[in-house]
Amino acid sequence: MTGQAADHPLPPHLGEVIVEARGIEKYFGDLHVLRGVDLDVRRREAVMIIGRSGSGKTTLLRCLNFLEEPTIGSVEIDGLRVEAAPLRARSRAHQEQIRQIRLRASMLFQEFALFPHMTVLGNCIEAPTRVRGLSHDEAVAVAEKYLEKVGMPEKRDEYPARLSGGQKQRVAIARALCMEPKVLLFDEPTSALDPELIGEVLNVMEELAHEGTTMIVVTHEMHFAREAADRVIFMEGGVIAEQGPPETILDSPQEDATKRFLRRFLEA
Amino acid sequence: MPRAEILDEIIAARRRQRLWFRGRFILVWVVLVGILGVFLWSAGRVSLDFIFSSGPYILQGAGITILISVVAMVLAIVLALLGAVGRLSSNAIAFSVASLYVSLVRGTPLLVQIYFIYLALPQAGIILDPIPAGIIALGFNYGAYMTEIFRAGIQAVPRSQHEAAQALGMPERLAFRRIVLPQAVRIVIPAIGNDFIAMIKDSSLVSIIAIQELLWRASRVGRSERQVLAAITIAAVVYWGLTIVFSYFQDKLEQRMARGDR
Repeated sequence: MTGQAADHPLPPHLGEVIVEARGIEKYFGDLHVLRGVDLDVRRREAVMIIGRSGSGKTTLLRCLNFLEEPTIGSVEIDGLRVEAAPLRARSRAHQEQIRQIRLRASMLFQEFALFPHMTVLGNCIEAPTRVRGLSHDEAVAVAEKYLEKVGMPEKRDEYPARLSGGQKQRVAIARALCMEPKVLLFDEPTSALDPELIGEVLNVMEELAHEGTTMIVVTHEMHFAREAADRVIFMEGGVIAEQGPPETILDSPQEDATKRFLRRFLEA
Repeated sequence: MPRAEILDEIIAARRRQRLWFRGRFILVWVVLVGILGVFLWSAGRVSLDFIFSSGPYILQGAGITILISVVAMVLAIVLALLGAVGRLSSNAIAFSVASLYVSLVRGTPLLVQIYFIYLALPQAGIILDPIPAGIIALGFNYGAYMTEIFRAGIQAVPRSQHEAAQALGMPERLAFRRIVLPQAVRIVIPAIGNDFIAMIKDSSLVSIIAIQELLWRASRVGRSERQVLAAITIAAVVYWGLTIVFSYFQDKLEQRMARGDR
């Protein structure tokens, strides 16, 4: 395993470590999907995770905010540390800790998962008013700010069914931003999109990355990773096989597994 | 012939076909119902006087039928919602209680349940008037069947909806109430409509505990005037009419919900 800090100087814009995952292992029944992953992410860092399907990259992402409870390991986000405790999963204190982790790390999904029975604005103010405790007016102001950011202010009163896939994902990004999380987790945010709609979503994400939003992105968009990533992680067989700056990993990978993956990717 | 005219011709022909189909449909119904009516009329020696004198009395029972059905339906929906939450709960006690409710109520006849509540419970000191007893029996019975409908509806909401709510830090109950439940309700509305129509008809069973609804009135006045055939036929026609009316509203409601989805 290649440690980033040892091989490469830190880019100056990065802050302190804000996400700290330690020894994450995950079993689905007998299947050992994650085999001990350590991951540090710094404030304002954009980390892209690549790897073939089944390598554990999506599971790792979902473990970071406990949509999957890790079998073993711990996650610390912005000072709140939660230990994996699948057997205690139903205790109230543990549930509440997990909820606090999720407030710090918001997830974006491949299938957008907008709430179909609410308007765009309704989607954006639901959790801020009922979870963060903002007043309706405050929440609307926040929502308008972020809808503006993703370029969708005029769609605030539409229902999701009236939007294209790219528009849905941008609204989903605005909805996540409205919770003002410390880090955004993206799970293949463009995989469900028609090719001509991918660009508008990646543009928004790239802008967020350049503005210093901390993000961890599972993606197959190598070009995007090259443009927007501070660090690229290649996963293979449930561990981090190689990581480093995008140009190093994508252009001159050291590990054979990385080379094979990238070669197949370029052929495809 | 120019192209536009051919198209007009085709559209006109299609419309004529549809109208003709509809015309034959109505014709067949009128003929069949007419034959049945004439046969019953002549063979049963139906008295026109009876229809005019007792018809309104029977018809008034429709009000009680609707009242009982509506109140029992509200009770059933509340019970079904609680039952569904219990059936999906990871809490052993909630799951067991809900499962017992469904098993017990679905495993015994509605008629037995009506007798039990109205005739058997008084022996244990619980005495209910006929109408509350009938409403409770129907509500409990339909609540058990609808528990499974609600459970299926909740499970039909994509898991990603629940995860999205969790990812926004929503606590379990809030996520259920605000995100999952409203979508589940949309899914189950057609099935609930069907059950309501079935409930209108099953409410005739409470006539055996002397609730003066449609069937009770029809059989009472029919027997005393020796015009059972006419009386029961009137009741049947009224039930039929009620279900047609409610089916119509159900269709409209479903169309409106479908528009909401866009």
